[in-house]
Amino acid sequence: MDMFYGLFIAPFADFGFMQRALIGSLMLSLGACPVGVFLMLRRMSLSGDAMAHAILPGAAAGFLLYGLEILPMTIGGLIAGIIVALGAGAVSRFTIQREDASMAAFYLISFAIGVLMVSIRGSSVDLMHVLFGTVLALNNEALALIGGIVAVTLISLAIFWRALVAECLDPLFLRSVSRLGSPVHFIFLGLVVLNLVGGFQALGTLLSVGLMMLPAAAARFWTARVEPMCVLAVLIGFASCIAGLLLSYHASLPSGPAIILSAGVVYFASILFGTRGVLRARIIHHRHRTA
Amino acid sequence: MTNACLTFRDLTLGYNSHPAIHHLNGTIRKGALTAVVGANGSGKSTLMKGIVGVLKPMAGAVIRAPGVRAAYLPQQSELDRSFPARVVDLVSLGLWPRRGLLGRYAREDRDSVSQALMAVGLGGFEKRPIDTLSGGQLQRTLFARVLLQDAGLILLDEPFNAVDSKTVGDLIALIKRWHGEERTIMVVVHDLDLVRQNFPETLLLARQPVAWGETRETLKPENLLRARRFHEAWEENAPWCEPDNHDHTHAHDRDHHHGAGPRAA
Repeated sequence: MDMFYGLFIAPFADFGFMQRALIGSLMLSLGACPVGVFLMLRRMSLSGDAMAHAILPGAAAGFLLYGLEILPMTIGGLIAGIIVALGAGAVSRFTIQREDASMAAFYLISFAIGVLMVSIRGSSVDLMHVLFGTVLALNNEALALIGGIVAVTLISLAIFWRALVAECLDPLFLRSVSRLGSPVHFIFLGLVVLNLVGGFQALGTLLSVGLMMLPAAAARFWTARVEPMCVLAVLIGFASCIAGLLLSYHASLPSGPAIILSAGVVYFASILFGTRGVLRARIIHHRHRTA
Repeated sequence: MTNACLTFRDLTLGYNSHPAIHHLNGTIRKGALTAVVGANGSGKSTLMKGIVGVLKPMAGAVIRAPGVRAAYLPQQSELDRSFPARVVDLVSLGLWPRRGLLGRYAREDRDSVSQALMAVGLGGFEKRPIDTLSGGQLQRTLFARVLLQDAGLILLDEPFNAVDSKTVGDLIALIKRWHGEERTIMVVVHDLDLVRQNFPETLLLARQPVAWGETRETLKPENLLRARRFHEAWEENAPWCEPDNHDHTHAHDRDHHHGAGPRAA
């Protein structure tokens, strides 16, 4: 019992920074994982990664102007992300170009601007900080920000759920009964940016997309319905955050990669053992019903 | 015409400034059951898209009688069959006009979903994932959704593709039921025998209406021959359509329709 306490409870009970890291990362999972499920179902899994790059110039601008302050960097990242998301979304909606190509073009331009800005003033250490973040340095201000982002995300998802599902499942149908198709797409892109920005001080721009996509990708192997898939993704996100923080604490590993790798372990386990995974498919492959 | 459900006023629809429907004038009467017939590329699907509003007119307008909702079954659905949804989820989308974005689905809604599935012969399919349906079953599922939309104007674009003959019979029966309920229905069909047997009125298209009115008149051999001579390809450097240029075609079209009008009304 003592060992259990020492391994799993004490790190969080004894250290304030671990508590804040836990609260912050759990809140992030609550918002980011359902968003990740829809990104995956819309075949935009890599768009999350692209958006994470696109945020950089905004975050870098905030960093160059105000130093390592959370609010300016977040707002900067938000602005850059929304410009790229709206720009890429608009090009794909109103021209012949598909979203993957327009997204690639926009994020590459944005990322190049970001690298340029960091290199003009900062050193590569600063760049590493922006890119990889640190969940162990979350202050109350950052927690409040993440809390706000999660609230906005969950409320928006609850309101637009039906339209979002319809837009994924049968966009032409949605267009024939309602004008919500395009607005819902842009609201959704906005949520993606918001959650990536929320995640970047905790995990960094590059790893925050991992907390968004890996639990979603793992959850896909367990269920064939959207609602349970979102719930499961959140639970996997929770488990990854707890496991990752403990791993980081006990083995002195960087916290961001530890969280993402924990999610990675769940992902590989899901591929193998999920109810829609590889092993199960092979076992029932040999048996079939009469009708 | 007070009882018009749809009025086409000098309607031109198309892509990249090439018309697929050229200066269409005329009306669809409320409660009419019209087959839309024509060669490939004659503008049938384009007309459907224009009526629903997913394609904006290049000129002219489609005027829908006030308060009439449209239900549309497209030829090429943008349905994502890999999306994790069950038959009941897909059909329930048809509740949108009734419940909108936020309205809760009541027990009566669930009952009407089951009844719609029953009506297309898919009773008990509620829980089936949509990626396990056959092509014909999916088509019937989409019919169930149209049924649930409870619309006054129903537009079906080649609904009988990849559907076996028994199912075609079932779906025709359903269309006739809608016809009996005074709904306005337009169906794009290729099978002329099917049209002759089941559709009172026909619009024969070749970018412009070749004939429009009672089915037996419209599908006369000389009309079909004229429709067949229709040149499908775009002329890349076709002259620009000038207002004067089509004025007489107008009158021409109008004559045609008026000729058919009294019989249709």
